Amino acid sequence: MNEKNLVKSVCMDANEIERSLTRMAHQILEANKGAARIALVGIVTRGDLLAKALARKIEEIEGVSVPLGKLDISFYRDDFMTHFAPEVHSTDIPFDIDGMTVVLVDDVLYTGRTIRAALDALMDIGRPSAVQLAVLVDRGHRELPIRADYVGKNVPSASDENVRLFLEEVDGTSAVEILAIEPGSRAGSAPLGGE
Amino acid sequence: MAFNHKHLIDITEYSADDIMTVLETAVRFKEVNERRIKQVPTLKGFTIVNMFNEPSTRTRSSFEIAEKRLSANSLNFGGSSTSTVKGESLVDTVETLCAYKIDMIIVRDKHAGVPRKIADVSGVRVIDAGDGKHQHPTQALLDLFSIWQTKGTLEGLHVGIVGDIGHSRVCGSLIPALKIMGCEVTVIAPPTLLPARPDVLGADHVTSNIDEALPELDVVYMLRIQRERLEGAPYPSLREYNMLFGLTEKRDKLMRPDAIVCHPGPINRGVELDSYMADHPERSVILDQVYAGILTRMAALYLLLGGSEDGIAA
Repeated sequence: MNEKNLVKSVCMDANEIERSLTRMAHQILEANKGAARIALVGIVTRGDLLAKALARKIEEIEGVSVPLGKLDISFYRDDFMTHFAPEVHSTDIPFDIDGMTVVLVDDVLYTGRTIRAALDALMDIGRPSAVQLAVLVDRGHRELPIRADYVGKNVPSASDENVRLFLEEVDGTSAVEILAIEPGSRAGSAPLGGE
Repeated sequence: MAFNHKHLIDITEYSADDIMTVLETAVRFKEVNERRIKQVPTLKGFTIVNMFNEPSTRTRSSFEIAEKRLSANSLNFGGSSTSTVKGESLVDTVETLCAYKIDMIIVRDKHAGVPRKIADVSGVRVIDAGDGKHQHPTQALLDLFSIWQTKGTLEGLHVGIVGDIGHSRVCGSLIPALKIMGCEVTVIAPPTLLPARPDVLGADHVTSNIDEALPELDVVYMLRIQRERLEGAPYPSLREYNMLFGLTEKRDKLMRPDAIVCHPGPINRGVELDSYMADHPERSVILDQVYAGILTRMAALYLLLGGSEDGIAA
């Protein structure tokens, strides 16, 4: 799917992703005793699409639509000098997060640095009563004391591998793949078309 | 998307893609500026010197706000306390500043070429905040941003610039920038306020008749009449200038229904711009330009300071 990376294995196909999301939606509802004070905030790019899918599932199960937002963490990164990506995506949280339980949603949990940045960004926007973390894949190799509350699948991986989520709505097909990192490339979310 | 510039000194060094990268990044900063806490930690630990060797309130405060909202440390340097007053050379001043281990100099100077000289001798990033009659690139970027946001596009727009073209560093950046983005540019001024070679800046048309030009324009950009430059008597009186070149209520009828009015500020009401036009709710984007100044300067700081020391990872 990306010329710089070689696919080593497919660890989740479209059906597994779908079933994991269904289970995670149930877990979120169970842990929070319903959907009353929940908001979903996805981290771009990919987490926002997963948040949308989770919101859809929660609506199917519970019959309520939860507030949905997306968060770009470019301005909060700690690798501004070394891995600068000039393309900044939009942050759009069209509701007040004060007093809400915000479920942060991301595709792959790796070092934890993205989540650290997302927490800082969230706290600058408001004061949620609690923040929980939902990730489709936990690939290990944490560099910060961060863990997810809801995990789709634990995928053991090596640090010279990349774990990436592809989604039908932007990539044509849904899958989680383990790829070999070629020199010059780096770990991270799959780019959104044409990068 | 790649952005490989270290400095913002001469707008003609930027391609249409580079300029769009700045404008699109500026859009992202809207959300930051609309929050309760209008600050992000992006430039934490960076030191930026605002070296204003010529009076400036608007540009300097706009840069300062942009720096603060990105969490940079800023130092204001210049004015009557400038060491040049004590006889220090520019190069010595810059070398002194660099010994403070700073990361960027924003410079305003009455001499054209000073920003380039600083970039050559210092090794830190430099933004030209206006040098002599040469350039003022961040003004051009904020103008492009306001026009782009209001009209939805830049390509193919016909922009008329009215006033003191000859003394204007705004024009030195704005006209080339409009051409890079695919606009058609007409300059409108009495011959005494035109540069010796108006074509050098790249304008497509030159005229002294505003009434003939107005019906063609999508954007009417009014320049400030600089009263301090009246000694050479380029026109008989302010009143006559207003009659012949001012954007008056009467001229509103000559304009296209969707034409907009820009002005870099500060406005001389009743000279180049009547209050009716300056405050026109549909046409005037003058306050949008002020806000765009914050957004585009934040974008420029973000893009110029990002990346590693040796070349930029894209």
